[in-house]
Amino acid sequence: MQFMLLFSRQGKLRLQKWYVPLSDKEKKKITRELVQTVLARKPKMCSFLEWRDMKIVYKRYASLYFCCAIENQDNELITLEIIHRYVELLDKYFGSVCELDIIFNFEKAYFILDEFLLGGEAQETSKKNVLKAIEQADLLQENIDFQMRLFAGVMLPNMVSESSGLFQN
Amino acid sequence: MPAVSKGDGMRGLAVFISDIRNCKSKEAEIKRINKELANIRSKFKGDKALDGYSKKKYVCKLLFIFLLGHDIDFGHMEAVNLLSSNKYTEKQIGYLFISVLVNSNSELIRLINNAIKNDLSSRNPTFMCLALHCIANVGSREMAEAFASEIPRILVAGDTMDSVKQSAALCLLRLYKTSPDLVMMGEWTSRVVHLLNDQHMGVVTAAISLITCLSQKNPDEFKTCVSLAVSRLSRIVSSASTDLQDYTYYFVPAPWLSCKLLRLLQCYPPPEDGAVKGRLVECLETILNKAQEPPKSKKVQHSNAKNAILFEAISLIIHYDSEPNLLVRACNQLGQFLQHRETNLRYLALESMCTLASSEFSHEAVKTHIETVINALKTERDVSVRQRAADLLYAMCDRSNAKQIVAEMLSYLETADYSIREEMVLKVAILAEKYAVDYSWYVDTILNLIRIAGDYVSEEVWYRVIQIVINRDDVQGYAAKTVFEALQAPACHENMVKVGGYILGEFGNLIAGDPRSSPLVQFNLLHSKFHLCSVPTRALLLSAYIKFINLFPETKATIQEVLRCDSQIRNSDVELQQRAVEYLKLSSIASTDVLATVLEEMPPFPERESSILAKLKKKKGPGAVSVTELEDNKREGGELNGEGDRGPDPAAMASSNASTPSPSADLLGIRSAAPVGAAPTSVGSLLVDVFSEAGPAAPSAAVNDDGFLRDLEQPTETSDSLLVEGSGDSDSASPSEDPAPPLSEADELLNKFVCKNNGVLFENQLLQIGIKSEYRQNLGRMYLFYGNKTSVQFASFTTTVSCPGELQSQLNASDQTSGTTGRGWSPDPTGTQHRVLTDFSDAPLLNIKFRYGGALQNLTLKLPVTINKFFQPTEMTSHDFFQRWKQLSQPQQEAQKIFKANHSMDTEVLKAKLLGLGTALLDDVDPNSENYVCAGVIQTKGQQVGCLLRLEPNGQAQMYRLTLRCSKDSVSRRLCELLAEQF
Repeated sequence: MQFMLLFSRQGKLRLQKWYVPLSDKEKKKITRELVQTVLARKPKMCSFLEWRDMKIVYKRYASLYFCCAIENQDNELITLEIIHRYVELLDKYFGSVCELDIIFNFEKAYFILDEFLLGGEAQETSKKNVLKAIEQADLLQENIDFQMRLFAGVMLPNMVSESSGLFQN
Repeated sequence: MPAVSKGDGMRGLAVFISDIRNCKSKEAEIKRINKELANIRSKFKGDKALDGYSKKKYVCKLLFIFLLGHDIDFGHMEAVNLLSSNKYTEKQIGYLFISVLVNSNSELIRLINNAIKNDLSSRNPTFMCLALHCIANVGSREMAEAFASEIPRILVAGDTMDSVKQSAALCLLRLYKTSPDLVMMGEWTSRVVHLLNDQHMGVVTAAISLITCLSQKNPDEFKTCVSLAVSRLSRIVSSASTDLQDYTYYFVPAPWLSCKLLRLLQCYPPPEDGAVKGRLVECLETILNKAQEPPKSKKVQHSNAKNAILFEAISLIIHYDSEPNLLVRACNQLGQFLQHRETNLRYLALESMCTLASSEFSHEAVKTHIETVINALKTERDVSVRQRAADLLYAMCDRSNAKQIVAEMLSYLETADYSIREEMVLKVAILAEKYAVDYSWYVDTILNLIRIAGDYVSEEVWYRVIQIVINRDDVQGYAAKTVFEALQAPACHENMVKVGGYILGEFGNLIAGDPRSSPLVQFNLLHSKFHLCSVPTRALLLSAYIKFINLFPETKATIQEVLRCDSQIRNSDVELQQRAVEYLKLSSIASTDVLATVLEEMPPFPERESSILAKLKKKKGPGAVSVTELEDNKREGGELNGEGDRGPDPAAMASSNASTPSPSADLLGIRSAAPVGAAPTSVGSLLVDVFSEAGPAAPSAAVNDDGFLRDLEQPTETSDSLLVEGSGDSDSASPSEDPAPPLSEADELLNKFVCKNNGVLFENQLLQIGIKSEYRQNLGRMYLFYGNKTSVQFASFTTTVSCPGELQSQLNASDQTSGTTGRGWSPDPTGTQHRVLTDFSDAPLLNIKFRYGGALQNLTLKLPVTINKFFQPTEMTSHDFFQRWKQLSQPQQEAQKIFKANHSMDTEVLKAKLLGLGTALLDDVDPNSENYVCAGVIQTKGQQVGCLLRLEPNGQAQMYRLTLRCSKDSVSRRLCELLAEQF
């Protein structure tokens, strides 16, 4: 896999993970163009497209698009399930995950991804094992900020779509 | 609800994020960010030492700001400080920041590497994994240098935890991908292979990616993995859906691992060991059987995972291409998917079938699905699926179904999406030519193409139809009749006018007998389009008119009148005006005979590769060689659609004709500059004129600067044979002594010219020899200037050029005139023309003999014609470069040399040399800006060889490492030898 992008229906980038060395300028260009291309596609279209010299595999979960760029010889369907497994991991970790979780806890989204995929390859596909690794890390933490929870409970009007669970779709 | 159930909240961060989200405008957001940046900066600079938590919080805010798309230029040091924290979350944030905002400051890198080193040796698996993740995420060369030898040890150590092994394997993979030279194979390699047997499925899943990549590079060293992979696969495939517990995904056992195992097997030919092979075939059959079983779950995840394995298995079956039974079963399975309700499956089935179509065993089976595929082309709602259908039709096309497929593609073109029209046009044109039994069908097809999708018909396509019509006299009358009819349409595409103008200008006489298409009718028809056309087309039409005057004297007056009118003869476009003036003059002063000679029918074009195929290849870039590869639609489709990657231009089409201002218009070749590679007689005679009279008495013979390259475009059979005679003459005058063996310093002299084309080749007390050379595609011309340094004339001065040994079959070197013996420095150029047939490593020899003061001087030099002269530079992006680099991964395709610097290592000097080499010097490709990478394609008559070069200077050690990867191994080696002498 060359990179993975998560972006919203409004085209806002929520997570980016690059597995090939590219300059910031190139990354921005790719992101801009790809987000545009994917958002322009209709719901029932197929999840794969050829783009530049890569294959793009994407899937929409509620308000978020998950989009992976893979090499020509890579397997599209299994990549689709990589995306799904990642969503499952997020869902399990956050408990019915929504876009807001990923916005406010972006670092966690990155950590979970690193446990699951490393260097663009599946490292550990067992849901239990990935979550175990993350939870072990969480046990090592300190400073649980309970106010954070209270704060997070306040809903802003524009949060409505972003707070719909990814699996509701 | 953003219910953060876990993790440590950072309240300040959450407040900041929601502030940003509440910003109503971009400006407000930037204002808020700048405020925060100022705040963080002051906190970092403040006197009060920050505690770990605050540092973490601020670093995290910076990270968030960066991920929003803003530039961050500070905070790296604070992030590095976090790395040495004992608190896991602080360390974790530190690592995340470092991985996302990679920095090339060497002091920082040293600190980061130290922190990583500490964590790797901490024996705390959680910390070790963090450090490994960081290395894998950054993957820089510096990190490879620091850790490439350490990580294999961690990977194979007996006491390493499973989770650490997984990270180590993929970390090593990343380093191997970025810096393969730094990862040394060793004792660990055999132990890595045995990780395929590991009990822990996660370890196998991670390790197999590494093993696959290593196997691609070193197939022999890793070949034991085949039997291990087969037995692992067999165990998974035959396991019950619950056996593998958490590695079962929606009732499919270990789908990721299965796919990776099947992928690994695709690095090798079918297993030789019968038992292993039998077991593998059994696995593949089981996978095919399972596809027929009812699904164990209705969830799409279940069918996706199951089919992912199936498609990977089919890829392996296609890769082996040796089991007819499996191939046909695969084809039938895909056939079922062609009508599946899941768009994704239809897409993949079409894609996969494309490769099946090229196997002799399954080509026929694929063809049975033609109706379904045609239907897909008509009814699929998603353009990417329609595109796959078009690709498949192209791939399954052969003589038996060409007419049907071409007709369907043509009718689809009328409604096709704009994005794929050009590609469709090329494909139709190629199929029409390739499978044309009668050429009238071909002409009809191309004219239809122009009618339906004229805007998408590139020059190559309409040039090609003209080439074919000119070369086949059985179709000329039909072509004239058809274009004449096509031109009757009130609105016809300009490309139709071009083809019409050309063909009627050549063959209008073939239909002139019919009063409905009498000469005047033809002329009026053409001229009715004239005013709507662009300048190049008008120029072409003017040439057609003068041809008419020759073909049909009765049109002379009418046409002269047209030429004479102000809008022609005073046209503001200089090309049009010149043509009008010249043609008018020509028609009035030349006798009928002269006119008939000048305006004679075009001679046949030399048989050569279709320019349309060339265009497809051009889009494919270096590495594309054979026509058969073109049939590999799977890749081609994408690249046709890709961004205009500027490949080489192997077709010597008119578009680059050096001396013609409006090249596309000059098809008729009336001007002496070679048009579309045509008019060989005029080119030939030009050469004869120039050279046959440039005898010893004509000192300033050739170099007519503006025509210097004109005959380079297309040396033809005629000109070649004339040239041979020329050199024969000079041979007869030469003394009978055998040529001397090459001078001892000849090789050194040769090296001087690798990166430059002009200069002094040789000098002694008597003679100085200068060289001026030019290269274009697979042709080169070299002028040799002989300077007599003495005050007396040399007697019987002769030169001969020869190709020793096997070079004869690799390079055509023809000597065009003999030199002469003027006194003092009188440049008497000898033209030598080279035409490279295939790659070569020797140089042609130049023998010079003359008498000076009675003594025979016999001197043999090597002419500096080296393979790199035939480079066409290829620009490409970093990404394309590495993609191609990876494609050229067979060991013999690579040649590498590490050598001491012989010359200045100055950047500008190096750049100048690399440019002189003929390749494109690519900026911003190598992650290390010290390194140079270049790309180019060597043009030979029969093929193109894509070459990628990487030069890594090491200023301290005064050393270089030079790596070449070419699609042909002999070229890699030769270039490597040549270049190692240059730096």
